[in-house]
Amino acid sequence: MKRSPANMALRWSGRILVAAILLFVLLPGIVVAITAFNDRAILAFPPQAWSLRWFWRAFSYSDFGRGFWNGLTVTLWASSIALVVGAAFAIAIHRYNFVLKSLLEGILLSPLIIPHYTIGLGVLILASQAGAGRGFPLVILTHVLLVLPFVMRSTFISLENLDGRLELAASSLGARPGRILLTVTIPLLLPGLLSGWLFAAILSFNEFTATLFVSSQATQTLPVAMYNYVREFADPTLAALSVIYIAVTALLLSLANAFLGLGKILNVDAH
Amino acid sequence: MLMHTDRMGATAGSEAGRQGQPAVQLDGVTKRFGNSVALHEAWLKIQPGEFMTLLGPSGCGKTTLLNLVAGFLEADGGEIFIEGTLVTETPAHQREIGIVFQNYALFPHMSVANNIAYGLKTRGIDRKQIARRVDEALALVRLDGFGDRKPRQLSGGQQQRVALARALVIKPKVLLLDEPFSALDKNLRGSMQVELKQIQRELGVTTIFVTHDQGEALSMSDRIAVMSAGRIRQIAAPGDVYRRPADRFVASFVGNVNVLAGRLVERRGEVATVSVGDMRLEVPAAPLAKLAIGDDVDVFIRPEHLAVTSGRTPGSLCGTVTTQVFQGDHIDLYIDITGVARAPVLLRAPGIAALSSCPAGADVGLTVGSDDVVAFPPEAREP
Repeated sequence: MKRSPANMALRWSGRILVAAILLFVLLPGIVVAITAFNDRAILAFPPQAWSLRWFWRAFSYSDFGRGFWNGLTVTLWASSIALVVGAAFAIAIHRYNFVLKSLLEGILLSPLIIPHYTIGLGVLILASQAGAGRGFPLVILTHVLLVLPFVMRSTFISLENLDGRLELAASSLGARPGRILLTVTIPLLLPGLLSGWLFAAILSFNEFTATLFVSSQATQTLPVAMYNYVREFADPTLAALSVIYIAVTALLLSLANAFLGLGKILNVDAH
Repeated sequence: MLMHTDRMGATAGSEAGRQGQPAVQLDGVTKRFGNSVALHEAWLKIQPGEFMTLLGPSGCGKTTLLNLVAGFLEADGGEIFIEGTLVTETPAHQREIGIVFQNYALFPHMSVANNIAYGLKTRGIDRKQIARRVDEALALVRLDGFGDRKPRQLSGGQQQRVALARALVIKPKVLLLDEPFSALDKNLRGSMQVELKQIQRELGVTTIFVTHDQGEALSMSDRIAVMSAGRIRQIAAPGDVYRRPADRFVASFVGNVNVLAGRLVERRGEVATVSVGDMRLEVPAAPLAKLAIGDDVDVFIRPEHLAVTSGRTPGSLCGTVTTQVFQGDHIDLYIDITGVARAPVLLRAPGIAALSSCPAGADVGLTVGSDDVVAFPPEAREP
């Protein structure tokens, strides 16, 4: 069959559109990555001279180091707490019918629609009312709220793919509900739980808006430290940091994909 | 521990037999889902070692009944007894029941051996004994040496055997089979049926088998409970279900059957006489109790009970052959009998003689060569 000119035009305009969208998505990252290698102490594009000195600066600036470790502490605690709480709620909501079930589900998923600054501000007001200081527990609590929906979603998907007859078979074989949970349900949900934890961790580590409200100089995370830096300096250190960040995250996700089969989980495939 | 080994030592059948109790007893068990009644007052007694089949179309309540016995569902009414003990409120994990699901439901993250060992571990049996009993169970289902494989590395038939071994290794009081053959291809199905029946007889384990396949039900069961619309229609041995169906539903669901229009002529005790055209047939009187002499009846005749006669003999039916279907060991003849049957009547002629003697278009006479004819009131009159 011969293609008509109109058909060809449609094909090509489609390809150009896809290319334009890809460029649009990747452009900020590309610009920042190139800027990171600029020798001059201003955020200018395109660079006139090349240098790696901003990478050195990114590593040696003490607020970034502290922010990194603060962020890691908050992330590990927040995503782990969210994993336990979110998975438990997901299992309860999936398994049992109770009054206000859909309301509970709605509330737990609401951080998806409530802006981060609202949550940050809300937690800050509550904390000052309760007389709680702006320590790590407050930052961690805020992050748990923010990442909970993602852990729950991920657990939900795994639960949907879990054959309920496996649990029935286990109970017919004499296993009490607790034993079934530990020997059948959780092992089979594990890939979903791990991927949920991973997304929670990435989100938490990147989170800025709510953290800005609830953190202090002592508890500021890397994104907050970066924000404070850019208010004082206008050199490409942040661009260098971004490149490091993207590279590390990509590496971690590739490893996770290789060992956990991330794609399989995200494609809602049980077997 | 001691108590365990004691009980495991005795087979389930003999223990219950000593007590003279049915292995499973349902007293008016009812289950509703919302407004619809999935199971309506089921009464059923299953004897120790018996192979009881629940047969019916999908949605008839057979799986609901199975889940109630297993403890996966709670009854809304009635009582369930296992070996004489009331278990209506007992949770599934305390009922000591083995179940094989249609999709086998093997634990995908465990090896075959660990799948089979699962029920033994929950009972706190020591490792050595578990290893020995897992090996015995593997041998029983002829899968020696497969213990280290994962379920996904096995064929459908092998997975089913693992599921069977996993259910049997705990020496269950009752073995429940939920359409276990429907996922297997036809050839494998036949051999698995023979194997399962052999194992079941060897161990003497009381079995409840759920199926919608009347062939499976007839060939494997000691007794069949035919179900439809949440009710048990008939409980009887396969031969009796086939020869003396209790109602229209059972007659048409189990086996092939021709429905012919007839008339009630006479009633004498347990036997009634009906006429179909010029032919007179004796049928059980009980289903026709509410009818008056001269009323219309539907007469149910199996294809293999009809025979072709050479000429027109008195007291036979006349028809015209519409289609011949060669089936190898027999011939299916479809015969048009105007005024008596709405659809062409199916006749199963043994051998291949009918191939030449009854070509399509030939006028033939029909006789009934069996006492196994039943009649029921026409559909509208059914209560």
